[in-house]
Amino acid sequence: MTKILEVKNLEKHFEVSKGIFSRNKTIVKAVDGISFEILKGESLGLVGQSGCGKTTTARALSLLDPKTSGTILFNDSNDNSMINIDDLDEEGMKNFRRNIQMIFQDPYESLNPRWTIKDIILEPLNIHNIGSTEDREEAVKEILQTVGITPPENYLPRYPHELSGGQRQRVSIARTLIMKPRFLICDEPTSMLDVSIRISIMDLMMKLADDLDVSYLYITHDLAVARYMCNNIAVMFNGKLVEIAPTEELLQNPIHPYTKRLISSIPIPDPTYTRENYEIDFTELRSIKAANQDSSMIDLGNKHLLSTNEFEGLLY
Amino acid sequence: MKNNNNKIEKKLRREAFSKNWKLFKQSRLGMVGLYIVFFFFILTILQPILFITGFWNEAVYHPVVGYDDLTSDFIVVDCPKEYPTEKYQSRTDCPARNEVNIKTLFYNTAEVGDTIELNLQPAPPSRRHILGTDSLGRDVFSQIMEGSQVAFLLGILSATLGVGISTLLGTIAAFYGGRIDAYLMRQSDLVLMLPTLPLLFIISAFAELKIWHLAVVLGTIGGLGGSVITIKSQALQVKVKPFVDSARITGGSNMKILFSHVLPNVAPLALLFMVFSVTGAIASESVLSFLGLLNIEMSWGLMIYLAQVEGFIFSGMKYWWLILPAGLSVTFLTGGFYLVGRGLDEVFNPRLRKR
Amino acid sequence: MSSILEVTNLSMHYETISGNVDAVKDVTFNVKQGESFGLVGESGCGKTSVAMTLLQLQPENGKISQGSIKFDSNEMIGLSENELRKIRWKGMSIVFQGAMNAWNPVVKVGEQIREAMREHSPNNSKSENTKKIRELFEMVGLDESVIERFPHELSGGMKQRAMIALALSCDPKLIIADEPTTALDVVIQDQILKEIRKVQEVFGLSLIYISHDIAVIAEMTDNMAVMYAGSIVELGKTEEIFKDPKHAYTRMLLESTPSIIGEKKKLRSLDGEPPTLINNDNKCLFSYRCPNPTNECKNRELDMELIKISSSHYVDKCCIDCE
Repeated sequence: MTKILEVKNLEKHFEVSKGIFSRNKTIVKAVDGISFEILKGESLGLVGQSGCGKTTTARALSLLDPKTSGTILFNDSNDNSMINIDDLDEEGMKNFRRNIQMIFQDPYESLNPRWTIKDIILEPLNIHNIGSTEDREEAVKEILQTVGITPPENYLPRYPHELSGGQRQRVSIARTLIMKPRFLICDEPTSMLDVSIRISIMDLMMKLADDLDVSYLYITHDLAVARYMCNNIAVMFNGKLVEIAPTEELLQNPIHPYTKRLISSIPIPDPTYTRENYEIDFTELRSIKAANQDSSMIDLGNKHLLSTNEFEGLLY
Repeated sequence: MKNNNNKIEKKLRREAFSKNWKLFKQSRLGMVGLYIVFFFFILTILQPILFITGFWNEAVYHPVVGYDDLTSDFIVVDCPKEYPTEKYQSRTDCPARNEVNIKTLFYNTAEVGDTIELNLQPAPPSRRHILGTDSLGRDVFSQIMEGSQVAFLLGILSATLGVGISTLLGTIAAFYGGRIDAYLMRQSDLVLMLPTLPLLFIISAFAELKIWHLAVVLGTIGGLGGSVITIKSQALQVKVKPFVDSARITGGSNMKILFSHVLPNVAPLALLFMVFSVTGAIASESVLSFLGLLNIEMSWGLMIYLAQVEGFIFSGMKYWWLILPAGLSVTFLTGGFYLVGRGLDEVFNPRLRKR
Repeated sequence: MSSILEVTNLSMHYETISGNVDAVKDVTFNVKQGESFGLVGESGCGKTSVAMTLLQLQPENGKISQGSIKFDSNEMIGLSENELRKIRWKGMSIVFQGAMNAWNPVVKVGEQIREAMREHSPNNSKSENTKKIRELFEMVGLDESVIERFPHELSGGMKQRAMIALALSCDPKLIIADEPTTALDVVIQDQILKEIRKVQEVFGLSLIYISHDIAVIAEMTDNMAVMYAGSIVELGKTEEIFKDPKHAYTRMLLESTPSIIGEKKKLRSLDGEPPTLINNDNKCLFSYRCPNPTNECKNRELDMELIKISSSHYVDKCCIDCE
């Protein structure tokens, strides 16, 4: 399988000044050296609590904010080689931007309230100047149909506030897919939607990812959602990756205490089921650590990677 | 198909407008303001219509060069030196209406008790001149209409200019940040600190200000001042919205994002500022013309100025038609625009809305 | 066991410019002493309106049009503001959704709790109150030092714990928890849920737990009601409803919740939007979203009415047979 994206040692630091008059600045390591790869056609769920650096990772990957250090390699569609995005020239950058898109959390804020749905979806085509005017309109109608907004003619001249949350998120998805990207970053796209609508949006995304051959990074705080959506799950804590494994492997056989704590905290929609109470326990991690002393990410086989970081004093 | 789209679009626009209009109508103060502004707007367009249709003779009713030869019979009296007397309570009572003080009659051979024919200027309101005439025989109502034109012209011109400047600078400051932002903000602070009226006095002392000069000056001062800061803060909120991010991820240039995403979203706030700054411009004009600092043929401020220099302002309410109409017009039109602004505020600012 | 709260045929609407919004329609339920009762439904279904109406804290334009709320066998509707204030907190208290905003930012946490206690038991001395706050804080897992801290110095989880302590400070008999963990992370949510269960057990409290998350309701409650468009569409023992959901909407809620245990299965989605609550008739509002409606349901022939299907299980009669 070819990789679509590879991230090596990505770091993003923020400088925070201590006070109005203080010249001292502390550095907050929002993303502190994370590495992962995503294969073509696969999806990686990035799970962690708020403030752990998930969104910062997404913003660095989509080049919204410049990264502090590390390399991002992206698959070149021409010869299937991995290219470093730092080495891209202007033409290459344009090509990269066409291939990477992002869906945001808040369906109410992610569409410009003063634009019509048509203009919103047309925007990427206009920016990249793709196709004739008629082609573009045709493409917009087609994509709206694909995301289940039918008939498209009725929605084209409308404004976002006339649509419901679910419909807006569909429009967001249409906007990101109209460029036919190969990689999609989803930043909690369903967390603000109602339960009833959530599943239809998730199903739509999975179907489209399949049909259009899009790989995606799915950021969420909800392991149950990640399980539903993703082939692999990466657990993140305090700017670092804790554990990466294929979804079922991670859920059945978690090793890091934080992963175990996280899994044991998820409520189960079954009144007859009683969750076990998990207390943080480092014995297993330490014994594995003792056997693999040189690396900071231990490969346990089965694509199961484990961090040796014990997050001194941060776990409870 | 395309035609059909346009039709739906138009329909939706109409719906959006009627929804906003419904909200605006809920604000009683806003509606009162709108009625006032509308009333003065009618006055503004009524005057040229009256002239063109020939209903008003320009020689008589022109606000600046018109003259009406009104005469009336007066009894010549000799005002006493000390008050009160039997006939007069105080100094202002003499001469009474239809009387003339013999001491003010020059080159006239009349004696006390005679009845003579004199020009009746300033003439009190009558059927011919519903607000009377001023001391030069010009129709006050026509002057009020002319003043209303001046007020609208000045207010809207300076507000448009000012809001244009502050919107542009505010969004630029928010969007580019850094040094540009720092410079623009310090400039705003400086302009905010400047005392506007004294500055206008100085400017008008050096240059003969015409009405559109004043509009430019007021617009520039208003546009560089505090509104830049407010519009910047609004633009900063828009700048971090996800739809701006997604345009950026797609590769939209800064300019494109600024003009297509940020500007349209600060426009409602800018419109609000515009309505409020009309108020300031009209008030400033009145002050300047009242002080005689503007090179201008007619305005409400100038009317009060003339009443003042000719001394009518000191004789109490006796010559009320020279002062009250102009004064009330300034008060009501500025108040009207302010109330419209308040009403619009309730439309744009959901927190102020009533349920 | 006796009922601590009896709500019968309660209806409440908001008066707005576009018409009356029927936020709570003919709601009837009982909460027994020491039991936890869950209210679940999507946003805008009237869960929070029910909570606010129970405390008579609904906004000014919210009008109760019918029904009765009997708390500890006292009728609450029609009481004066003063009498209500006595019942609120002392008898019934609430833990709000936004714990972050419920605290006054410029007053120390301990002082704010003390203030509430002073209101209800003016005879207690300051040291007595402080002692009690210490006990409460220990119970909800907060350090003593939090008493002397300002709200902004606390994390979201700590604020919510302090909120629970505040709710307990006046010895209530019933606590209404309105989405107390929605803004919190899972690990902290887990801890808060544990604290709530613990205090409920220790004090023998009754609990009304409001949430959109069916998984949390499954864990926290003995009995539950499913709300849709202002009405209760299914009411019964939590286990029974999860095992054998009768209403089409309940079924859909259960089948659309992903879980981390068990077989990974295809989840069902519900299309369509929640209905507007303005100027509706008394017909079923779910029929137009119902995935497999019966003819009666599709044509909206039936009035909404809960019918009894077992001793403790009630379902709205409209959508029972829709598969």
